[in-house]
Amino acid sequence: MLIKSTALSKIYNSRDGESIHALHDINFSIEDGEFVTIVGPSGCGKSTLLKILIGTLGKTSGSVAVRDQEIVGPNRDLGIVFQAPVLLPWRTILNNVLLPIELQGQDFAKFNQRAIDLLKLVGLEGFKDKYPSELSGGMQQRAGICRALVHDPSLLLMDEPFGALDAMTRENMNLELLRIWSAHRKTVMLVTHSIPEAVFLADRVIVMSARPGRIVEIIDVDLPRPRNLQMINSSSFGQYVAQIRTHFDLSEGID
Amino acid sequence: MAITNTNSVVASEAKEKLNIKEFVRERPEIPLAVGLLVVFLVGWEMIVRIFDVPIIMVPAPSDVYISLIDNLTSLSFLKHFGVTFSEVVVGFLLGASVGLLLGAFIGQFRLLEKTVYPYIIAIQTVPKVAVAPIIVIWFGFGVESKMVITAMISFFPVLANTIVGLRATPAEQLELLKAYTATRSQIFFKVKVPQALPYIFVGLNVGIVLAVIGAIVGEFVGAQAGLGYLIMQRNFSMDMAGTFAILVVLSAMGITLHTIIQSVQKRVVFWMDANDDNIMGV
Repeated sequence: MLIKSTALSKIYNSRDGESIHALHDINFSIEDGEFVTIVGPSGCGKSTLLKILIGTLGKTSGSVAVRDQEIVGPNRDLGIVFQAPVLLPWRTILNNVLLPIELQGQDFAKFNQRAIDLLKLVGLEGFKDKYPSELSGGMQQRAGICRALVHDPSLLLMDEPFGALDAMTRENMNLELLRIWSAHRKTVMLVTHSIPEAVFLADRVIVMSARPGRIVEIIDVDLPRPRNLQMINSSSFGQYVAQIRTHFDLSEGID
Repeated sequence: MAITNTNSVVASEAKEKLNIKEFVRERPEIPLAVGLLVVFLVGWEMIVRIFDVPIIMVPAPSDVYISLIDNLTSLSFLKHFGVTFSEVVVGFLLGASVGLLLGAFIGQFRLLEKTVYPYIIAIQTVPKVAVAPIIVIWFGFGVESKMVITAMISFFPVLANTIVGLRATPAEQLELLKAYTATRSQIFFKVKVPQALPYIFVGLNVGIVLAVIGAIVGEFVGAQAGLGYLIMQRNFSMDMAGTFAILVVLSAMGITLHTIIQSVQKRVVFWMDANDDNIMGV
C-alpha cells in the first residue's frame, strides 16, 4: 500500500476568526501503480488534500502516510504537476525538466539522457533547447509532466493539470498521460473538476463534496485498458458519469 | 519582431525608394522625432536671429554647435569631462553595489525589512542636494566628495527595486521549488534572484541618470574640476554658448550610460523584452 489516509481533517482559521472545515474525516488508501482521480466541485478541498500529500501544507488532525511514513514535509519520491506549467522562463526546456535533479543534488549527467527520452516520449525532443515562451500551453504542460517524472518518483500528484487547456488539447493530453502511465507505471493521483475526465483516466474515482470537504463515494471504474476516446460514448462510461453526477445534482452543480 | 524582420527582408529586395517607404510605415515615430528636433532647432535659431537676442542671454543653436566643437578639441575640456565621468561611474558603481547587497540582505528577512524600511524612506526624503555641502566638508573639494554624493543618490532606487524584486516571485514558483525539496538558498539563487533582475535593472537605469545629477550638484557646491565646475565658471563669464555646450555633453553622457545598462539588461534578462513596460520600478 502506497498512501493511507485515516480520519484526516484540515481546518483553516480565516481572518475574521471563523474556522473553515476544508477537509473532514478523509479516509482512503491507494495501492502501488494505481491511477486514482479526485473529482468534486470548487471548494471541496481537493487541492488542499493534494497540498497535504505534497507536504507543503500541514494537517489539523488524523493521519496520512506514504509507505507507513507519516508525511511531515516535501518528499523526494514525488512528482508534481500543477494547473499552470510553472516553467522557469530563463531555463531551456531541458533544464526545466532537469530542475528536480538539480534541486536534489543528483548527478546531472546520469539523468540527462532520461530527460531527453521523456521529452521524446511526449514529442518535444526537438524543443529541448528552446525557452518556455516559444512553446504553446499544451507543449509547456507536457514539459511539466516530463519534469515531474525525471527523477523517477513512485508517486505522481497532479492538480487539475489540463484545466487551462482547450477541449481538443485536453483529450489528447489525457491519452498521452495514459500512454506515459502505461510505459512507466507510476501511482498517479489526479485532481480534476471534469467528471468525464475523472472516469476516463481512473482505476478509481474519489468523489468529494464541499462544506465541509469530505469523500462522498469511491467508485471503481471497471473499463478495459488501454482506453480510447470511443469508450466515452459507451453506455458503461455514461453510467459511471451519471453515478458521480447524482452527488452534485442534489446539492450544487459542479463548478 | 518577426514581422519587422520579414518586412525588412522584403524591402531590401525592392528598390531603395520602397525601402524608405517601408521604414516610415513600420517606425513612423523615428522620422517624426527627427523632424520635431529639426523644427525646434530651426525655430530657435530663427527667433534668436529675428529678435536679435543677445548671445549672453540665449545663444543660437549654431553658436552652441561652434562652442561644442571648440570644446571637444580642447584638452582642458576633456580633462573636466574625465573628472565628471569618473565621479559618475565610480559613484554609481559604489552606490549600486551597496544598494544591491543591502537590498538582497534586507529582502531575505521580512521582519528586518519592516523594521528598517521606514528609516530608509526617512533618509530618502532628505534632499541629497541639501546634504551635499556637508559631504564636501567631510570629504573635501576633490573627486571623493562627488563620488560619495553620487553614490548616495543612486543607491536608493537600486536598493528599493532589489527589495521589491526579491518579493516578486510568483507563489506557484515558490510552491514548485518547495515541493521539490529545495533549500532556502536554492530558492533564493534559482528563482528569487532571476525574478528580481528585471526590477534591479529598473533601479540601475534610474540610478545612472540620478548619478549624473549627483556629480554635477556636488561640483556646484565646491570643486576644483569637472563639467559642473566648468558650468559655474562659464556662467560667471557670461559664456552662455559654452554652458549650453556642456549641457549637450552631459545629456549625451547620461544617454550613453543609460544605453549601456539597457544593452547589458537585454543580455542578462534575455527572456523578457526590455522595451516591455510591464515591470514598474519604485
